[in-house]
Amino acid sequence: MELFELTIHELHDKLKKKEVSSVEATKALLARIEAVEPKVNAFITVTAEQALKDAEEADRRIAAGDMATLTGIPVALKDIFLTRGIRTTCASRILENFIPPYDATSVARLKARGAVMVGKLNQDEFAMGSSTESSYFGKTSNPWNLDCIPGGSSGGSAAAIAAQEATATLGTDTGGSIRQPASHCGCVGLKPTYGRVSRYGVIAYASSLDQVGPLTRDVTDCAIMLEAVAGYDAKDSTSVELPVPAYTKALTGEVKGLKIGLPREYFIQGLDPDVQKTMDEAIAIYKKMGAEFAEVSLPHTDYAVATYYLVATAEASSNLARYDGARFGHRSEAAQSLLDMYRKSRAEGFGQEVKRRIMLGTYALSSGYYDAYYLKAQKVRTLIMHDFIKAFETVDVLLTPVAPTPAFKIGEKTSDPLQMYLSDIFTIPVNLAGTCGISVPAGLSSSGLPIGLQLIGKPFGEESILRAAHAFEQNTDWHTRKASL
Amino acid sequence: MKITKDQVEKVALLARLELTDAEAETFTGQMDAILAYVDKLNELNTDGIVPTAHAVPMENAFRADEVRDSIGIDNALANAPKRAESFFRVPKVIE
Repeated sequence: MELFELTIHELHDKLKKKEVSSVEATKALLARIEAVEPKVNAFITVTAEQALKDAEEADRRIAAGDMATLTGIPVALKDIFLTRGIRTTCASRILENFIPPYDATSVARLKARGAVMVGKLNQDEFAMGSSTESSYFGKTSNPWNLDCIPGGSSGGSAAAIAAQEATATLGTDTGGSIRQPASHCGCVGLKPTYGRVSRYGVIAYASSLDQVGPLTRDVTDCAIMLEAVAGYDAKDSTSVELPVPAYTKALTGEVKGLKIGLPREYFIQGLDPDVQKTMDEAIAIYKKMGAEFAEVSLPHTDYAVATYYLVATAEASSNLARYDGARFGHRSEAAQSLLDMYRKSRAEGFGQEVKRRIMLGTYALSSGYYDAYYLKAQKVRTLIMHDFIKAFETVDVLLTPVAPTPAFKIGEKTSDPLQMYLSDIFTIPVNLAGTCGISVPAGLSSSGLPIGLQLIGKPFGEESILRAAHAFEQNTDWHTRKASL
Repeated sequence: MKITKDQVEKVALLARLELTDAEAETFTGQMDAILAYVDKLNELNTDGIVPTAHAVPMENAFRADEVRDSIGIDNALANAPKRAESFFRVPKVIE
């Protein structure tokens, strides 16, 4: 086993036993990055020099017996997390040269637990997309098939795991942006409940939906990473003041008597046959383990994408107003007046998808249209939330596909934004309801592309979905399959 | 038509975006299709439904009014496209 293939817990054990050093592990990953990046392009920035310094420091701590959960573990972060002194672009030209003066809370928490950051990962520009094709820094390829998208918006975070360029990564999920790429790249990805992880220092897209979460090689690593970043933060007033459970302790392997709901609206006609087959096999495995199944209904599922594209774009149009060319970010050289500076800087700095969403959101919030679009969407959001509350009265978790198809081809959906938006149909409702969901590797398509399984939990029910995901992993070997690069 | 090119150009001004003629044309067609799609929300009767702004119900979050360190002027200005002394420099605002 190469050092770059190891999970967090495997590497942690080797570091603890002094079989390897963090410097060795970090060097192995940096060499791997150099070898596969020409094919994958998962990174926007590689921080080799700083990573080696941090790895040396980690080794000193390990030698001194001062070892935390992530000490010496090489991780990489979506380029949406502010990192002090290290360029943070959000994959946009408008932030091409932006150097943050502070760390996001998630970054500070990873550092406090000894993690070594090897770089910043590619994504859709401002996290707006499902394919990582809208990045100003070029597309990322799916390591399982370089002609396919890795999913998005955290496409770099998922591809880096699949291509073995980082031991674990962080992404963000506004409408599926962790779970969908995790599914397409064959890794584990968790979107925690809204408020579980601080959003401080995470570049905002849609503030009522955005949430930070891990992408990892297995469920144990996912629990370790969540435990590291979760918890109340005074700097994010929407983070929730609840104690952080020891998530790794929830992984008992036991699902006997667990009530799993199958929402009938998610098992629709026209679901990709490979995805359907994967779900059927997963259900059979859970039944064998003693879980109980019940059909449930989430009747407003069909309205989720429309609701999302009004709520998310409205919030985006407001959040992205800060990129005005005045205080940071790109400023147009051509501007003569102040209005000119705003309009030209934003025109030059933003890509097409970002402009389209700002336009939609501004329209939905504009005078005369607010009630018809934004307010209407917020009311339908209430109905969607109630669907979940009602379903969770009778079941513990929900089992669904993550995406209607395996990864599609690069370029296949770029000309039709609506088709791209519809690829998030099974992940978006979870964000609107503010609850948690995890994607776990559950199969391969006939053409050899990974297919994930989604488990949706009650608000702050991360332990139950992690436990169910871990039990599945114990009885399958999908998480051990590797992309050949 | 849900939206015209003329309306798209007005929204672009509100959004402080300068669009090329070709962009305005493309966005008109694409926004028209998306707005036609989101119209499906009108199939639902939402009379008396309370709108949801946040999934987690929340009151105002207050903190103690204490003096704390901030990042300082030089850090705050470090990313400024143009600065003059301790200020952000922008094009002339008042004629």
